[in-house]
Amino acid sequence: SNGKKAGEERRRQRERGKKAPTKDQKESENEGRRTNKKGKEGENKQKKDRKTSTSSASSNSSEEESLAEEELAMLMEQVEQKKKLISTMRNKPWRMVKKLSVLREAQAFVEKFEGALGKGKGKKLYAYKMMMAKKWVKFKRDFDNFKTQCIPWEMKIKEVESHFGSSVASYFIFLRWMYGVNLVLFGLIFGLVIIPEVLMGMPYGSMPRKTVPRAEQATAMDFSVLWDFEGYIKYSALFYGYYNNQRTIGWLKYRLPMAYFMVGISVFGYSLMVVIRSMARNANENTADGDDDNFIFSWKMFTSWDYLIGNPETADNKFASITTSFKESIVDEQESNKDENIHLRRFLRVLANVLIICCLCGSGYLIYFVVKRSQTFSKMQNVGWYERNEVEIVMSLLGMFCPPLFETIAALENYHPRIGLKWQLGRIFALFLGNLYTFLLALMDDVNEKLAEEDVVKNITRWTLLGHHNSSAGNGSTATPPPLDPADVPRGPCWETTVGIEFVRLTVSDILVTYITILVGDFIRACFVRFMNYCWCWDLEAGFPSYAEFDISGNVLGLVFNQGMIWMGSFYAPGLVGINVLRLLTSMYFQCWAVMSSNVPHERVFKASKSNNFYMGLLLLILFLSLLPVAYTIMSLPPSFDCGPFSGKKRMYEVIQETIELDFPLFVAKIFSYVANPGLIIPAILLMVLAIYYLNAVAEAYQRANAELKKKMQMQREEEKNKRNNKASTNPALQDLEDLLTPSTKSESHPKQAEDKKIESPNKTSPVGKEGRAAALDGSPTTGGRGAAFTPPPHVFVTQPPTLGLRPPYPGQPRPRGHPMGPVPGRGRGQPRCSYPA
Amino acid sequence: MGGSASLLPREALGEYQELTFLTKQEILLAYKRFSELLPKEERENACSARVPKSQILTLPELRANPFQHRICRVFSTSGNGDDSMSFEDFLDMLSVFSDSATLDIKSHYAFRIFDFDEDGTLDRSDLEKLVDCLTGQGEESRLSNAEMEQLIQNILEESDIDKDGTINLSEFQHVISRSPDFVSSFKIVL
Repeated sequence: SNGKKAGEERRRQRERGKKAPTKDQKESENEGRRTNKKGKEGENKQKKDRKTSTSSASSNSSEEESLAEEELAMLMEQVEQKKKLISTMRNKPWRMVKKLSVLREAQAFVEKFEGALGKGKGKKLYAYKMMMAKKWVKFKRDFDNFKTQCIPWEMKIKEVESHFGSSVASYFIFLRWMYGVNLVLFGLIFGLVIIPEVLMGMPYGSMPRKTVPRAEQATAMDFSVLWDFEGYIKYSALFYGYYNNQRTIGWLKYRLPMAYFMVGISVFGYSLMVVIRSMARNANENTADGDDDNFIFSWKMFTSWDYLIGNPETADNKFASITTSFKESIVDEQESNKDENIHLRRFLRVLANVLIICCLCGSGYLIYFVVKRSQTFSKMQNVGWYERNEVEIVMSLLGMFCPPLFETIAALENYHPRIGLKWQLGRIFALFLGNLYTFLLALMDDVNEKLAEEDVVKNITRWTLLGHHNSSAGNGSTATPPPLDPADVPRGPCWETTVGIEFVRLTVSDILVTYITILVGDFIRACFVRFMNYCWCWDLEAGFPSYAEFDISGNVLGLVFNQGMIWMGSFYAPGLVGINVLRLLTSMYFQCWAVMSSNVPHERVFKASKSNNFYMGLLLLILFLSLLPVAYTIMSLPPSFDCGPFSGKKRMYEVIQETIELDFPLFVAKIFSYVANPGLIIPAILLMVLAIYYLNAVAEAYQRANAELKKKMQMQREEEKNKRNNKASTNPALQDLEDLLTPSTKSESHPKQAEDKKIESPNKTSPVGKEGRAAALDGSPTTGGRGAAFTPPPHVFVTQPPTLGLRPPYPGQPRPRGHPMGPVPGRGRGQPRCSYPA
Repeated sequence: MGGSASLLPREALGEYQELTFLTKQEILLAYKRFSELLPKEERENACSARVPKSQILTLPELRANPFQHRICRVFSTSGNGDDSMSFEDFLDMLSVFSDSATLDIKSHYAFRIFDFDEDGTLDRSDLEKLVDCLTGQGEESRLSNAEMEQLIQNILEESDIDKDGTINLSEFQHVISRSPDFVSSFKIVL
């Protein structure tokens, strides 16, 4: 109440004079602080006195030094304590008024005595250090504020959160995170590859790889051609083929091929690092092991409400889902192993899995077939739009229709919804992955074909150039023959650009399909349901079509796979990341809008919780899987002879060897050749394997120790339970807890409880000090302590055996034996006490 | 932030940042939202005014919360029990519900929110009220008496370590600290 009073006072003062808050602050310091300060001041004075006296009395300065040092150390300790208090104040469950007063007190103390610390030369340094530390803290806080301000879409996500609960919002948070990662990748690629090439590289039309061939020039600017990423777009810096193999470009002597290679690697390196780091952070946050099934009911009870929900409709759904989960868990508990016709269920599950495997194989074959067919189409001359985009259309359609099909089949299995969701996710994952890899295999076939074709073209090109030289030599016999126009030079198929184009097309068609699905499946449906409901035979909103729910797992998987394609394609199409950044940006706004305008909250609102790391795990898997084909092509396929930064080399990675040989001193090359020696690499790999093995063993040992500890804890718990059942005791820890109660309301609303306390206190034979403290802190009428306890009101004796009340509670006896239940103060109101044995 | 936010004194802002888990922007936003709850003539001195409970409950963040009354009660410093909130109470609340608050403080306040009769322990009647809150007002969603009994029995079996028929703070915190998603869901963002 003291603090409260002080707060009132301060508030009033702030009202009175806002202009001089420091003065107010000083005035409103509460009593305790003033005395404290005075005490300190007095101490200080004393110290000074002593100092002067000692110096005058004895000339032994070293003694004085040590004395002062001791004091200083003490003071320093106090200051440090106060500082610690200031920094941990926010962790205390106090009222703001109390926190404010304590904070001010501590701050004033620190300010006052900080200057006194340190001596002589050290004093200035100390003061400077303190000042810098303060500045640093302030800077850090400002920087944190700035950082949180920089996080985009906070409000948008919050809105979604309040409507749909945290699970839907977790998708958007994931999307935002993805956007951040892609922005970094975009910065890397654009800053180090595309912009240098555009600014300093050879301009368009200067050489064959940067020019549209003569045959295509007529249509190169048509929209339909550009839309297929042919024509001018194909011969632009967005694709691999445009880059020149010149070792250095521009006045900066920028080593572009080298940069291209390194950026390609660092895109993967950075992504890996970011994914693993955020996974580790997530794992650290969940220190608790969620699979601990000791507290199913308690968790359902205490942690199932999602406080972010701010929408009544969602809240209703949440109520319903909580109720169902309660009922389910009760039923589960009651009959955990009921088996009705297990054979039928098994049969159905096997059947479902067979069906789904058939679907997967079918979709894989379909894609293979389509890609093969597209290769024959690409050789034909005038093919329609559908034939050109068949692969993408088929893949998108499969991605659209297979998941609902799986869901229908999964209905056969009759799994628990949570397990069902996992199966569903796994199946969609397998579908996407299968599709992607069949696509890659088919693409590989294509690439091999192109490589064979290239050999032929290479000769033709050489002969053409030779022939041109000869003819010009024959004509004029002057020194420089007129160069052949770059558009006329025959060129190879440039498989790298083809691959890049395939990925870009796939990405774009994926974007379109996603957006159209949202528009038709969600928005148009919502409009239809909303407006046709007035004139329809049945209730559309509650009945068949109803509104769509937001499909979290599907959307997350879509995002993850899209990112996989970006990773795979970005080496051969540097512009792909730019497209992806645009996609993520628009999809943030578009999906937010779609969700808010046309989706309804889930029937079962479930929380995000640990699924975040699940998504990250998927992402990591995809990252690894997309790294494989890129690494394969870099390491084992020869680059095209007439396009791209690595043309003319046998393998792409030779660019590194070249740089080391030509740009570094000789010994570096030597060292490198030693390091690259298989004799060194194999032991290194062995060492790594051994290290992994060792770490694994250590981790296992820790796990075992953990399990052991857990078991021990459980045993202890059991033991304690048993003990509790046998013996009554007043646990000191529990009494401490008692102190945490809110005193005012308790004494107001429960006078009865106080009465109970009176009844119980004779039984309580704990040491006097503890009881007195508990009573005093409680602030209840029992503050009379033992005196009041000895003279219980007369009606107590009615419910209680008189022997109990008369027993002298001397402190030597630890606890009354033979009581079945521990009469802990403040509990068990209204229960008859006659159960105690006399 | 608008003109109203600039009225919050600078040093008070610093202190609030020191004492809560909120950032500067969040405090300013809280101030803005708080002064919007006040009638026009009182907006000038929003730091000292108290907002009645009925006004606080109009906040969309609290509107759908089944524990809204308890939250007001726990965080209010009002002497006469009308659960009105001052700006500092409001900040206290937002700090506890903020993203960066620790598990300890969150579970402490969660305990106090769930402790309906404010006797320092969660006993059967508290748990019953809690279940009622969680299952909503609808008749069809309510649990039957037998189910309720069973549920509470199970909960007590799990978390009442000392077998005194109630759950106290340390037992509560013990249970909560193992929960994977308490911190992520015990959150209110303005």
